[in-house]
Amino acid sequence: MAKFLIRRLLSYLVLIFLASSIAYLIAATTLDPRGYFEQRQPPPSDQAIEKELDKLNLNDETPLAERYATWIGGVVTGDFGSTIKDQSVNESIARKAGVSLRLIVAGTLIGATLGVAMGAYSAVRQYGKFDKATTVAAFFLLAVPAVVVAVTLQVTAVWINDVSGMRLLEYGGEYSANLQAGFWGTLADRVQHAILPTLALSLSLFAAFSRYQRNMMLDVLGSDFVRTAMAKGLTRRAAMIKHALRTALIPTITYFTFTFGILIANATFTEKIFGWHGMGAWVVDSIATQDVNAVAAVTFFMAVCVMVASFLSDVLYAWLDPRVRVS
Amino acid sequence: MTATSGTAAEQEQTGAAPEGGEARPPVLEVRDLEVSFPGGRGNADVTAVRGVSYEVRRGEILGIVGESGSGKSVSSLAAIGLLPDYARVRGSIRLHGEELLGLDDRTMAGKRGRAISMVFQDPLSGLTPVYTVGDQVAEAVRVHNPKTSRAEAQKRAAELLTLVGIPDAERRRRAFPHEFSGGMRQRVMIAIAIANDPDVIICDEPTTALDVTIQAQILEVLKAAQRETGAAIVMITHDLGVVAGLVDRVQVMYAGRLVETGSVDDVYYRTRMPYTMGLLGSVPRLDRDGKTPLIPIKGNPPSLTDMPPGCPFAPRCPIATSECDAGEPPLEQVGGAGHSAACIRASEIEANAWTARDVYPVGEIAENPVAQLPREDRGTVLRVEDLAKHHPLMRGALFKRRVGTVYAVDGISFDIREGETLGLVGESGCGKSSTLMEILSLDAPQQGGVEVLGKHSGKVSTRERMDVRRDVQVVFQDPMSSLDPRMRVFEIIAEPLRTHGYSKERIRSRVLELMELVGLDTAAVTRAPAEFSGGQRQRIGIARALALEPKLLVLDEPVSALDVSIQAGVVNLLEELKARLGLSYLFVAHDLSVVRHIADRVAVMYLGKIVEIGDVQSIYRRPTHPYTKALLSAIPLPDPEKERRREHVVLQGDLPNPADPPSGCRFRTRCQKFAVLGEDERSACREREPELRNRVEGAADQAAACHYADTEAVL
Amino acid sequence: MSLSAEREAITTEAAAEISGRWSSLAKELLATRRVVIGLAIILGLIAAAWIGPMLSPWGFGERDFTAFRSPPSADHWFGTGNTGRDIFHMTMVGLQKSILIGLCAALFTTVIAALVGAFAGYYLGITDRALMWVTDLFLVLPQFLILAILYPVLRDSGWLIFVLLLGCLMWMVTAKMVRGMTISLKEREYVLAARYMGVSHGRIILRHILPNMSSLLIVDATINVSSAIILETALSYFGFGIQPPDVTLGSLIAEGSRQALAFPWTFWFCTGLLIVLVLAVNLIGDGLRDALDPHSKSRT
Repeated sequence: MAKFLIRRLLSYLVLIFLASSIAYLIAATTLDPRGYFEQRQPPPSDQAIEKELDKLNLNDETPLAERYATWIGGVVTGDFGSTIKDQSVNESIARKAGVSLRLIVAGTLIGATLGVAMGAYSAVRQYGKFDKATTVAAFFLLAVPAVVVAVTLQVTAVWINDVSGMRLLEYGGEYSANLQAGFWGTLADRVQHAILPTLALSLSLFAAFSRYQRNMMLDVLGSDFVRTAMAKGLTRRAAMIKHALRTALIPTITYFTFTFGILIANATFTEKIFGWHGMGAWVVDSIATQDVNAVAAVTFFMAVCVMVASFLSDVLYAWLDPRVRVS
Repeated sequence: MTATSGTAAEQEQTGAAPEGGEARPPVLEVRDLEVSFPGGRGNADVTAVRGVSYEVRRGEILGIVGESGSGKSVSSLAAIGLLPDYARVRGSIRLHGEELLGLDDRTMAGKRGRAISMVFQDPLSGLTPVYTVGDQVAEAVRVHNPKTSRAEAQKRAAELLTLVGIPDAERRRRAFPHEFSGGMRQRVMIAIAIANDPDVIICDEPTTALDVTIQAQILEVLKAAQRETGAAIVMITHDLGVVAGLVDRVQVMYAGRLVETGSVDDVYYRTRMPYTMGLLGSVPRLDRDGKTPLIPIKGNPPSLTDMPPGCPFAPRCPIATSECDAGEPPLEQVGGAGHSAACIRASEIEANAWTARDVYPVGEIAENPVAQLPREDRGTVLRVEDLAKHHPLMRGALFKRRVGTVYAVDGISFDIREGETLGLVGESGCGKSSTLMEILSLDAPQQGGVEVLGKHSGKVSTRERMDVRRDVQVVFQDPMSSLDPRMRVFEIIAEPLRTHGYSKERIRSRVLELMELVGLDTAAVTRAPAEFSGGQRQRIGIARALALEPKLLVLDEPVSALDVSIQAGVVNLLEELKARLGLSYLFVAHDLSVVRHIADRVAVMYLGKIVEIGDVQSIYRRPTHPYTKALLSAIPLPDPEKERRREHVVLQGDLPNPADPPSGCRFRTRCQKFAVLGEDERSACREREPELRNRVEGAADQAAACHYADTEAVL
Repeated sequence: MSLSAEREAITTEAAAEISGRWSSLAKELLATRRVVIGLAIILGLIAAAWIGPMLSPWGFGERDFTAFRSPPSADHWFGTGNTGRDIFHMTMVGLQKSILIGLCAALFTTVIAALVGAFAGYYLGITDRALMWVTDLFLVLPQFLILAILYPVLRDSGWLIFVLLLGCLMWMVTAKMVRGMTISLKEREYVLAARYMGVSHGRIILRHILPNMSSLLIVDATINVSSAIILETALSYFGFGIQPPDVTLGSLIAEGSRQALAFPWTFWFCTGLLIVLVLAVNLIGDGLRDALDPHSKSRT
């Protein structure tokens, strides 16, 4: 078992390394840091630009191989270089990763759990009122782009705040600046800010998972082992929950791995729209500011996230399904 | 290591002759049961069961026999209340006099598993994959006795598992279903069914998915379970052999109705309904020398959506008259007490003492002139020499790793001459399919050699290889999956012709010719496979295999997925084709009765080795290897008298793991002979692998791989 | 025994039940209400997208200097935008492009996925490992980021490049599913039969394996249509998508969302149409799954 884990981790490392390298190479060839400096006001001198570019390892006159070698040399020692504003990328990652992870973890947990529960329930009550309502809701949500969901939530928040005359819901930033409110006050403030982004992220997850879980459940409902469970004296409901749902959860784990990429993309939009300074928002900013090192670093972070998610789902899979366990 | 038993003894013990039990009230009583399913989307409703009545008393075993689609399973699911919600059930089902129809789920759940329980057909999918078998048995205990503690329930589960013959139950109860073989899982299902001492156990084809030796074990377990609980058993099956030795009364179902009921002897020996006659006549008999054609029932069962008025069997009945179409004949008493049949000509059949041979006209099968020649003078079509196929054993779906080597085929040799049929038999997992695939792949084998019509596999050029492909064709087991569902019949049969570069016109005429040859309407070539019944599809598969005029046809269980009455027609067709076209067959099957009927020579495989090989007469009349004997003994005969007199050899345990075969003789771990040998004699079995050679006097063509082969008869 | 005597009666009863694969499928589809509704909506949207601009009195680039950001009126059915352009006309043109992008990207994606998955699953071994490794690599690459970097460079080559890029970054999950199905189909007896009669591997994949998962592919292509449209919207929102003078629903939404409160008509018309479009596509996909997949039990 240990040998397998090590082999798997190794292949993960290779994939992560390659993904970051590809992103670096694409960014280094297509982004235009020189243009970024040239547009500065007041325009810096050519020498100053050269100097700045060389310092940040962004000079397009240095051969690509050389720049890549410099970058990789840094990465191997754990240094992702500097952003275009000459700040340490490592420090930025440290600051922003937590913000993104909070959002992703909370959104996933809420969205997936609710989705699975509602999907399973509507499968058991197929064609019932609840099933119809969730189906319609899920269909509608799946058709709405994450961007529109976020914007709509913001508009709604403005309206609610107006109607209630209070700032019940915050829709910009992660916390209020300069807040002096003690531990509980800070926590309340954070929650107030987190509600809408988390909701935005979990809504689409909820829709996807409830549809998927419903279909998986329906596939299992007619199976022989559910019939056996009922034949031994379990009521329909008990057989559903204890035997059908437990088994139908297994494919959902795989589905989670597949959708995780989309989840990360959605997190990007959510962060950007709600003004959270996480990794997702950073991608958009760094592309706009022609920041090659930042782009590579974000790719690295996202690749690590995807790999961790896939590893976790493998572990979860093995835990749920005795058939894949190796003794 | 042998367990023998006769059913007569059980009958005495349970004392359940139908007459004797009349005094006691029936445990389960079904009256005029009707089940229909809405067709949906404007289709007509499907009426699966149309007026079925039966009753069983304590200690009695009732057999319900019928082919697929006859409604036998639906009627039993109705009894236990497990039909889907949209099924419409009418009539009455009483358990201890209490009406079950219309009870709500909670009340019904209280009865299921306690008063009435069920054993299903497919043990592989019948257990929840994510819970241990012990937990699943314990759940059955606890759901009806909520006060039982977990530990007590687990203890009871281990007891039950021991009772159904799972060795080392205390440890094995922690295993997951996928770690159990099919036979073991069926034992677990039986343990669940008897957990609360039910009054009725419904067994829905409990042994159909299992090998014959395992079937024999499971039937023993069921008998033991009945002794233990005294329950009434309703045994649903399509296998007339299983019913013959086991049950007290039989009911034959056709198209959702009972067509003949009575005591086993009445139904088997004094048959009054042509359908029952056909059914009995279409079964190939293990106890009779083959070569008389089987009785096929032509046509297919009627569609259950729009039943014609009149007798549903009339369209297929050879003695149907115009009156048969007038109205559906009621089930009326014929002959002895309790014997009834639904046929207006039943009294005529009785008066004339007609048998199946009288009712069903059967022709003769011509002999191929080549078959007259002595075997040595005929050319060799296929020669297999010391063939082996080992493949790595992988574990785990996620973290795959090699945990050993499966010796699927481990050094086998045989040859097939022109015009000859070799039957390759053995339980699932013995390596017979792997042998086939090795032969068909035409690749160089891992070990040994395969020689098709003088050409060595793996040593020929690509061009020659295509030529060999022409000469060897294959017919598969499953008529559902052997034809591409997206293609028309014409394209399917034309595919080999196209691949081998036939011209358009030639393909056209050849396809039509082939349709004719296998007995299908040529106009049907434009249809999709889904529009044909199982038997017809198997004919299409045969037509495709014959397209290139092969010399050798490899048949992989070609009839095992078909109902017996359909199977007989396909078997007859195969025999006819062999004679007409001078084909040779390699016929792989697990059903020894079919093999006896069709094969000239037989090879018996066990764990990748041939343990006995020889001509059909010798092997069936005088088997010398203990495994061959056990196999023959395990097959129930559709003959109640004989079946009651027979002593079955019941092999212990499952097939050993092919990745870790026993030393010396591979069969010794289950061998009934080994069990009675002295310690000195046993050492030979443990240490030396017996070679395959002639072991007994007077049999020119019979070789066995057993140190202690003898000729004690089993049939 | 003569064979002809034994000929099975397969005349009318079977024929009455199924009158041909395609017509029965068509019947099944038309009986699935979701598919009918979805198709009707899509056809309506296509008609509107191509006929609408002809009916509109305003040209595509034409500005109405008398009406900046004016609400919907008889003159401007959907109102006007910041520069006085007619929103109805722009929305219809954007709808055209969105539909085209969705369809092309989905087709392209499905073709790549089918080929990669089928070859990997059929040959297994080293081919499989190589192809699946590439697939994993693509899964790890953040598609949004790659698109956002690459497209601005290639945008001069037109919107079809965008479609290709979208396709390149969306095929992985489908390919994995196709691979899984190929592995199980490959063991089917009709595939073995074809192999044993000498049919070549490539031909087996094209003639037997891919046609037999056409239902999966069709359903997946449908889902991909909506994924592509949604992805395009997201990219456009951040300014990485289709660039002027081309417009798509995505770029219109991006523009409108910044003033959704003040001038709702600039946001809600295009958003509404987009949602209706994606909803209709998803409805068709879901209905198709039920109709094509015999294992799906979501119908009674």
